[in-house]
This record gives sequence, C-alpha cells and structure tokens, in this order.
Amino acid sequence: MFEIGLGHYLTLGAIIFTIGIAGIFLNRKNIIVILMSIELILLAVNINLVSFSIYLNDIGGQIFTLFILAVAAAEAAIGLAIIVVYFRNAGTIRVEEINRLKG
Amino acid sequence: MIIHSIFFFIFSFIAIVSAIMVTASKNTVHSVFFLILDFISISCLFIMIGAEFLGMMMLIVYVGAVAVLFLFVVMMLNVSQQKNQWFASTISSTHIPMGLLISVIIFFEIIIVIAGWKYKPEILNSFPNSIDSEITNTHSIGYVLYTDYIHVFQISGMILLTAMIGAIVLTFRQRTGLKRQSYLKQISRERDESVELKKVESKKGVKIDV
Repeated sequence: MFEIGLGHYLTLGAIIFTIGIAGIFLNRKNIIVILMSIELILLAVNINLVSFSIYLNDIGGQIFTLFILAVAAAEAAIGLAIIVVYFRNAGTIRVEEINRLKG
Repeated sequence: MIIHSIFFFIFSFIAIVSAIMVTASKNTVHSVFFLILDFISISCLFIMIGAEFLGMMMLIVYVGAVAVLFLFVVMMLNVSQQKNQWFASTISSTHIPMGLLISVIIFFEIIIVIAGWKYKPEILNSFPNSIDSEITNTHSIGYVLYTDYIHVFQISGMILLTAMIGAIVLTFRQRTGLKRQSYLKQISRERDESVELKKVESKKGVKIDV
C-alpha cells in the first residue's frame, strides 16, 4: 500500500490531465483559464514521461520532457500574444462573446 | 520509505487541489497563483523521484517565466470584468453535464489503461540510454542531449526563436501622433532654410510673427 510505484505517478498524471480537460470543457467565461488548463495538460504529460523514465531506467523520457517544456513556453507566449491582440481589437476575451466565426 | 510515501501523498494532494482551484476560482489572478503552487509541488515530486535537473528546470521555466507572463497579461487586461464565474453560463446550460460526463469517461479510460498494463521484464535491458547511477542526473541528461538528440535540441531552439518573433510581430503596433526625435531631419538641416537675415529699418524694430 505505502510502496510508491509507477502506478501512483501515472494515476496522478491521469487526474491532473482530466482536470485540465474538464477546465477546457466547462469554462465559458475566461480564455486565459483555458490556456492555463492547457499548461496543466502538458504538466500531466511531463509527469508521465518522467515517471516512466525513472522506473524504466532510461534517460530519454527526461530529454523529451525538456523539449515539451520549451514547446509549452513557446505556446504560452504565442497564445498570450494572440489574446492581447484580440482584446485590443474586440475589447473582450469572454469566451461567450468570441463568436465571429459563428461556430 | 514510509517518509517517501507520506511526502508523495502530501505533494500530490496539494497538486490536485490546486489544479482544481486553477479552473474553479472566480478571480483569474488567484488562478495564476494556484497554477504556480501546482508547478512547485510537481517539481518537488520530480526532485523526490530523482529527476533533479527537470525539477529545477520546471521551477525556472514555469514559475519564473510562464506563470509571471500569465500574471502580467491578466493584470494588463481588464481583470474586473473578467470575473471567472465557474459553471455559470447565461447562454447554454447543457455543456456542464456533458463536459463532466466526457471528463469522467476520459479519466476512467486512462485508469483502465494504466491498471491493465504490464511491460515485459526483458524490456528493461533494451533501452539505449540507461541511467548510470555513478554520475549525476544533470550529467546523464547532458551526455545524451548534446550527442544523440543534438538536432532535436537545435530545432527546439528554432521553435523558441519563431515564438519570440511571432509574439513581437503580433503585439507590435505603430502609433500615430507621437512626437519622436528624427535624426535624419536634424542632421540634414541646411543653413539656408534655418537662418534668415532681416533688414532692420531704423526706429521701427523687427516684427516677429510667431
């Protein structure tokens, strides 16, 4: 019971991944929180990669976690820039009012 | 070993609760704070499990750069009208049970995959980059990252460069009506267009029209 194994870390990753997915689905007010949920999802992926890397005794998982870190930083910068430009043009970033594409 | 498991449960509990609070808190600034707490507890888990370099890297990159970037953007945009009323939607109300249902289904699918999964015992010896316990974690990452993965490393650098240029191009705007110093205008002035000689008649003085 108290022996922490690979399954514990994978379960933690699954829980955080699901919370991130739910945050994207349920949020209708603020688009910045959706970006933060994407960061949570990437964090869950990082947890999975690192725990596999440690428990299977291979360094490759940690290498790819570094790359995911770089891509997540780039994605956050671009996403926030798009949000700032949209706010400047449309005056709002509420998810309900972003309906120009009529989707 | 018992200490290890106690700390694992403490850190993972904090991480899960703060992840819920990221999506649930009404104020967006509080969401960013909980995101920072989440990153910190996960990096503590990484340091505990033996990936020290990545734990420190998470602290530097996420807490030091990304979360502060979020904080700046949230504070630049108008926060008072951006209250994040959780689940309170005026337009559609069917998305809440649907979203919860789909999230629960996704969670149980992942749990089923994790619980029923086993790897062969001989797979442990088949990995090319096994961790050497003689050298530190940072050393072993560096030995592999700069040799086997050097091209991927450089491509990730190009991705960061592209993101930087993209963010600058997106948010840059030329403002009109600003008074700026123009060096070309200043150094290309001639004496003829700047100084004028006036013939002054006596007892009349000079009339300067401003």
